[in-house]
Amino acid sequence: MHRLQKLILGRLIFGVLTLFIISAFMFIGIEILPGDLAQQILGQSATPSTVAAFRAELGLDQPPHIRYIDWLGGVLQGDFGNSLASGRAVADLLSTRLYNTIFLATYAAVIAIPVALTLGLLTALWRHTVFDRGMNLGALAAVSMPEFFVAYVLILFLSIRFGWFPTLARIDAAEGLGDALYRTFLPALTLVLVVVAHMMRMTRAAIINVLASPYIEMAQLKGVPWWRIIVLHALPNALAPIINVMALNLAYLIVGVVVVEVVFSYPGLGQLLVDAVTSRDFPVVQAVGLFFATVYITLNVLADIISLISNPRLRHGR
Amino acid sequence: MTTNRILKTGPSRRGFIAGTAAVGAGLMLPAGAFGQTAPKKGGTLRVGLSKGSSSDSMDPATFNNDFMFATGYAVFNTLTEIAPDGTAKPNLAESYEASADAATWTFRLREDADFSDGKKVTAEDVISSIRHHMGEDSKSGIKPLLAQITGIRADGDKVVIFELEGGNADFPFVFNDYHLGIRQSTGDGIDPHSLIGTGGFTIETFEPGVRVELKRRDDYWKKGYAHFDKVEILKVGDVAARMNALMNGEVDVIDRPDYKTIDLLGRNPNVQVVTHDSPVHYIMPMHTDTAPYDDVNVRQALKYGIDREQMVQSVLYGYGSVGNDQPIASTMLYYNDDLEQIAYDPERAKHHLSKAGLSSLDVTLSTADTAFNGAVDTSVLFKESAKAANININVDRQPDDGYFSNVWLKKPFCGSYWGGRPTADLMFTAAYAEGADWNETKWKNERFNVLLLQARPELNHERRAEMYGEMQKIVKEDGGALIPAFGNAVWAMSKNIAMPEQLSEMWGFDSWRFIERWWTA
Repeated sequence: MHRLQKLILGRLIFGVLTLFIISAFMFIGIEILPGDLAQQILGQSATPSTVAAFRAELGLDQPPHIRYIDWLGGVLQGDFGNSLASGRAVADLLSTRLYNTIFLATYAAVIAIPVALTLGLLTALWRHTVFDRGMNLGALAAVSMPEFFVAYVLILFLSIRFGWFPTLARIDAAEGLGDALYRTFLPALTLVLVVVAHMMRMTRAAIINVLASPYIEMAQLKGVPWWRIIVLHALPNALAPIINVMALNLAYLIVGVVVVEVVFSYPGLGQLLVDAVTSRDFPVVQAVGLFFATVYITLNVLADIISLISNPRLRHGR
Repeated sequence: MTTNRILKTGPSRRGFIAGTAAVGAGLMLPAGAFGQTAPKKGGTLRVGLSKGSSSDSMDPATFNNDFMFATGYAVFNTLTEIAPDGTAKPNLAESYEASADAATWTFRLREDADFSDGKKVTAEDVISSIRHHMGEDSKSGIKPLLAQITGIRADGDKVVIFELEGGNADFPFVFNDYHLGIRQSTGDGIDPHSLIGTGGFTIETFEPGVRVELKRRDDYWKKGYAHFDKVEILKVGDVAARMNALMNGEVDVIDRPDYKTIDLLGRNPNVQVVTHDSPVHYIMPMHTDTAPYDDVNVRQALKYGIDREQMVQSVLYGYGSVGNDQPIASTMLYYNDDLEQIAYDPERAKHHLSKAGLSSLDVTLSTADTAFNGAVDTSVLFKESAKAANININVDRQPDDGYFSNVWLKKPFCGSYWGGRPTADLMFTAAYAEGADWNETKWKNERFNVLLLQARPELNHERRAEMYGEMQKIVKEDGGALIPAFGNAVWAMSKNIAMPEQLSEMWGFDSWRFIERWWTA
């Protein structure tokens, strides 16, 4: 197990280093964008003197590297600073949005993962049947359409025509968990449709791959029932690639939902990030960006670790 | 759908100039529509607005979008407001009067006005609220307009006296501005993030960029206003989401419907589209100090080279009217309706070109859809129509991001828009006076600048009308502003919401004061 611990530690250190580099890139990116917060907030009504006054108030008259180092110093002490635009603590600003984003992502994941696994197993089992072809076609269609289109189609039918679900995902107005799940069903369903195809097809491919192995043939010859072969013999050995693709899709559910949030007016982190980039509110951009990066890195490291545990062979270099 | 669109007939322009009585021919009301029920208390108003950002704050100096205008007017009062007839009328001020030279203004505050925490409004509150936007370190958008104030003092608890650097007959209009909601004084200023106001509603929840929830104040001092029990304003940035939410009954009013699909709204029997003329105008400023635009004949040639009718029809989908290269809207006081309407005339454009000693002209027009919705389409239409006059327009598409920082006021010929200003003086002073911060045409006209200074302190209505009339003529004929069209105010709403018969048409949504003026039908 010593080797495994070293591997994990190495990945964690690398993750932190990556976060640091990402924060530097994000800062440079915002600096390159035309205009700064003072100009963006004051907009067309900005005059040189009001912009200068606003900049001085925000500390934007300091050179960029000083501002970056100030910010980094704060973050290392756990202080993400205040939003330049509204003066509110970034941590406060993020908390509700973070909850909303995680809620939607979890909601979608809880539906998507079992559905994808089951469909993946079934299509692998009944490969080249009508069921397999139909599912693959449906999955490819869902994944090829842009998210906003999927969302609009769902709204058109489930919301406007039949009136079953609201078009605005007002989680803030929800009373209780049931109501929240009802109000956010359409965005969750959109996300499910977008991610299921990827996971399902990866599951199917991995299982089919394993099913061709000699030990599966052996099990068949010994008369092991088909469901036992799939679930107990094939699945554990196909887990590594499946977990990887699931981790990527989970990360996507958290960081990639901006379009879905916009279409359903869902108050998640994506909208906050878009607002913050538009107004050049760099502490908020940094905080959201770092969170997104952390999610990606953590999920990837987790996927690695689970793969390592599920498949001892990966722990040793070949 | 025409049956449930409320069309505003062109207001009687002479009526405006005469400045008498209620102006405008009023709304043509379809049978069974609103405006016929008396206001009643109760109900909830849910509004879906396109603007609004998580960077919004309650600090009035940073108000810069419709979300905050609507919220601000509902929670705070201004000293004056713009009435449906286009004049300024007292609001939190009970009355005001000018000295003979219009350089000293005395505002008397209402006795009964109080804040939501029970404190009476005092002169000190007013002074602190105005001072918040003045001074060296102010970041407020209204700062340039307040620069004319040289002194503010209180005379007792209820009287505020303003000394101006020169006479200004329109001074009361300044106080309608959404920046100038009156806040409580903390002694040496105001607490910009305090939620305590004198308005008809108090804030229950404020989540910037998401929603605001308002609750009616039962003890509101302004009788006959603030009818809804609750108001909820949601930011719904996506236009399809906004229109869907209205059709589904999840909100009652939405702004900025999509003109391309607006007919779909009309299919819903419970929804109506409301539109009226507005001072919003689209403009292509030419820098009059830069060749070739420094030649008035080149400017005229370009003005005759654009097909305005086509722009109104194909870009604005008819929700607008042709512009006449001067920024005073037909809905505004002192609009000059004697000016000949400029029209597309390639021959005349050629004539002006030859007077400038040119046989053809090559210019670059910088544009982006941020300049105004449809600016790129307009520029391309312009390019096509100008060809007939031997004018080659190179349409230079710029990024939306940073457009007003990098292109506007910098490129010699570009696209831009104005939301309009409540008075001719404010409009001209902001964008046409020599040396003004936003003089986007870098225009200097001696006669114009003299008239501007003469008209400002003039308290005689007819003499002002004459002077502003002449200034509109000068801007049209000599200025660098190509103003192809004025836009309409357009919004869509449920028939369950009722409005007064006469709206204030400075901006849409009853000049954004709809929350305290409208009611449940």
